[in-house]
Amino acid sequence: MLSRTADSLFWLGRYTERAANVARGLNVAWRMDGLGTGEEWERLLVACGCLPGFTGTHGAVTPEAAVDYLVRDPSNPSGILSCFAAARSNGRQVRTALTVDMWSALNESWSQLRNVSDEEFQGERLPGFIDRVRERVLLFSGAAQDTMLRGEAWLFLRLGTALERADNTARLLDVRHDLLGNATPGTAEYAQWQAILQSASALRSYHWVYRDRLDPAKIAELLILRPELPRSLMACHARVLEALDAIAAGQGGRRGECHRLSGEITAALRYGRLPDIMEGGLHEWLTRMIGRTAELGGAIEDFYIRGE
Amino acid sequence: MGSAFDEMGEGPQLRAAYAEIARWLEATPPEALAAKRAEAEYLFRKVGITFAVYGEGGDPERLIPFDIIPRILARAEWERLAAGLSQRVRALNAFLADAYGPQEILKAGRIPAALVTGNEQFRPEMQGFAPPGGVYTHIAGIDLVRTGPDEFYVLEDNCRTPSGVSYMLENREAMLRLFPRLFAAHRIAPVNRYPEELLATLKAAAPPKAGPEPTVVILTPGHFNSAYYEHCFLADEMGVEVVEGADLFVENDVVMMRTTAGPKRVDVIYRRIDDDYLDPEVFNPDSMLGVPGLMRAYRAGNVALANAPGCGIADDKAVYPYVPEMIRFFLGEEPLLNNVPTFLCEREEERAHVLANLDTLVVKLAQGSGGYGMLIGPHATAAQREEFRDRILAQPAHYIAQPTLALSTVPTLVEAGIAPRHVDLRPFILSTKDSVRIVPGGLTRVALREGSLVVNSSQGGGTKDTWVLDDAPSAQSQGQSQSQGFVSC
Repeated sequence: MLSRTADSLFWLGRYTERAANVARGLNVAWRMDGLGTGEEWERLLVACGCLPGFTGTHGAVTPEAAVDYLVRDPSNPSGILSCFAAARSNGRQVRTALTVDMWSALNESWSQLRNVSDEEFQGERLPGFIDRVRERVLLFSGAAQDTMLRGEAWLFLRLGTALERADNTARLLDVRHDLLGNATPGTAEYAQWQAILQSASALRSYHWVYRDRLDPAKIAELLILRPELPRSLMACHARVLEALDAIAAGQGGRRGECHRLSGEITAALRYGRLPDIMEGGLHEWLTRMIGRTAELGGAIEDFYIRGE
Repeated sequence: MGSAFDEMGEGPQLRAAYAEIARWLEATPPEALAAKRAEAEYLFRKVGITFAVYGEGGDPERLIPFDIIPRILARAEWERLAAGLSQRVRALNAFLADAYGPQEILKAGRIPAALVTGNEQFRPEMQGFAPPGGVYTHIAGIDLVRTGPDEFYVLEDNCRTPSGVSYMLENREAMLRLFPRLFAAHRIAPVNRYPEELLATLKAAAPPKAGPEPTVVILTPGHFNSAYYEHCFLADEMGVEVVEGADLFVENDVVMMRTTAGPKRVDVIYRRIDDDYLDPEVFNPDSMLGVPGLMRAYRAGNVALANAPGCGIADDKAVYPYVPEMIRFFLGEEPLLNNVPTFLCEREEERAHVLANLDTLVVKLAQGSGGYGMLIGPHATAAQREEFRDRILAQPAHYIAQPTLALSTVPTLVEAGIAPRHVDLRPFILSTKDSVRIVPGGLTRVALREGSLVVNSSQGGGTKDTWVLDDAPSAQSQGQSQSQGFVSC
């Protein structure tokens, strides 16, 4: 496959996933804001890696400003509309690698969302708007899942999605890392724990896996180490490795640094234990994980895109 | 200008090929037609068939309006056209081989040498070298217009990178989906083998050094190009990569593409970028779209380019009047298709005639395209005519003029209902060293504005599905193949 095509598919996967992650984050922030816990919008901006950009253009964090920046503002490359525009632009550049259903989902999403007005996503309208965004991303993913030939194109798309998701889970854990070290279950903490799980669409899953009340150590274990949760770090990195292995297999076993790094990260998650992670400090561990995920993204591009 | 010939006709003049369509239009209420038109627009928008118009404000991704009433040619009419098109393209290829080779036709004085070798489109880089198989214009689009039941004219030749074939294919797809019953009621020659024929043509163009399964790619200027959709569509239909200049590089005079599995050799490039941008080492040094070293690889026989660089001398509007001469000179045949009488402003006598008749003539740029820089005398204001008079006098060699033809019309669905609108036809002709293939039909373009003669999509034109209708059952309904070789010079 053309390197440029692989690059576009990789980023198409990342941007669609990112749009859904920001939407999920907005949903949680909106609910938490209603509970009056404060600081939610700032946490969200940090989790999305958007705080520096936001402060530079908007100054004080208000709900309206945060929502505007994360949804509409074209100067924010991680905003929902920017993600859809970037996803469609990547899709358009590799039109031939997409199925008609995938392209329709992408194109239709973009034409629906591109001219969205403030009234459609501010205040009370936010949850409805978020649902729309999530549905559009699910439609695209479903179209890919159901119609795409299982070749390299599919693998690079999955690779982008899985890597973006791994990055997102690590970040959203990190913005609330202090709450996971603290075992006193006050009302505010309980709501925060719920919020963490909801951000990863994992509240129900928690109950099914543990059949127990919320506990910070179990939450951390679920989101970091449990392979059955599709958004856990373990599950995401296992997918990354699986995609990289499949690409290598299709090319007669051609491998590089990205394969080694991915294998190393996945092994650490597969055989790691929660107490060891917590011992050195969750924040430190997550910071390192975020850094290694970024390094892996760079290694993938070096090997497959730039051919270095 | 007189009243135009309507291809459907009405009453006792209703033409046989349109009988069923006339019944259908009669029986279908206007609301139902309008609903179908809306459905067609939705289909096109959904599949993303747009063409890009930048720098005019508004939505840069526009739909070319699609008209749901088909344009129909009877099989016998088509066969006559196909024979004429095949003849014309064989002559154009022979001319190109001669112009970059021995220049016999220039030596014989049948075409003024200055018109060819002094042409801006003449590429000296193509001299003293024969492309694989001796074919220059592998894919040609010949624009035809009609003025009566048996009167067809070639309006212009497109030998460089003709576009529009994706609309021919998508229009058919849309019609099949919208009106399955109309297809059941007619015997319509299919067009869907075009991509297969194109791939066969491109593979046949591969240099002898390529293996039995040559790697073919489409080279696009990128997604800002107005025909980008078409480049991707054709790549997809043929199962080949669509590449940009930056995806290719030349190493030891071999063209390689960058892939996830490392560099891969490329044998045939269906290039949809202009000569000027192909190779910054040889042509425009500022080109970011091309591939440095491409011409070296081409001349070393390591890669084929379709179409060959330098084809612009064959479709120049000032060379156009000499195409009938090319047919006589190279093929020893009489032209089967007529040219529109053309006046070259460069020639004093003809210029005087043009300037005296600006109110009845169409004046065009010799090298323009897209319907820009054109004067349609009968529709122009006195001021516009004066402006063109000045322009012609300033640069006579840049202009040609032709009589304003009463282009035929076909019923078209417009705001006010069904009305006649002027059409043209662009069939696509595929050439290899030993065959010429034409998928029956082509792209019909329609001038949607009342009375307008300009069918270009950039100027408010739309398109129609084009049907070649078999009146009698026939075993062979697809494609046309001829095994006459080119005349070697």
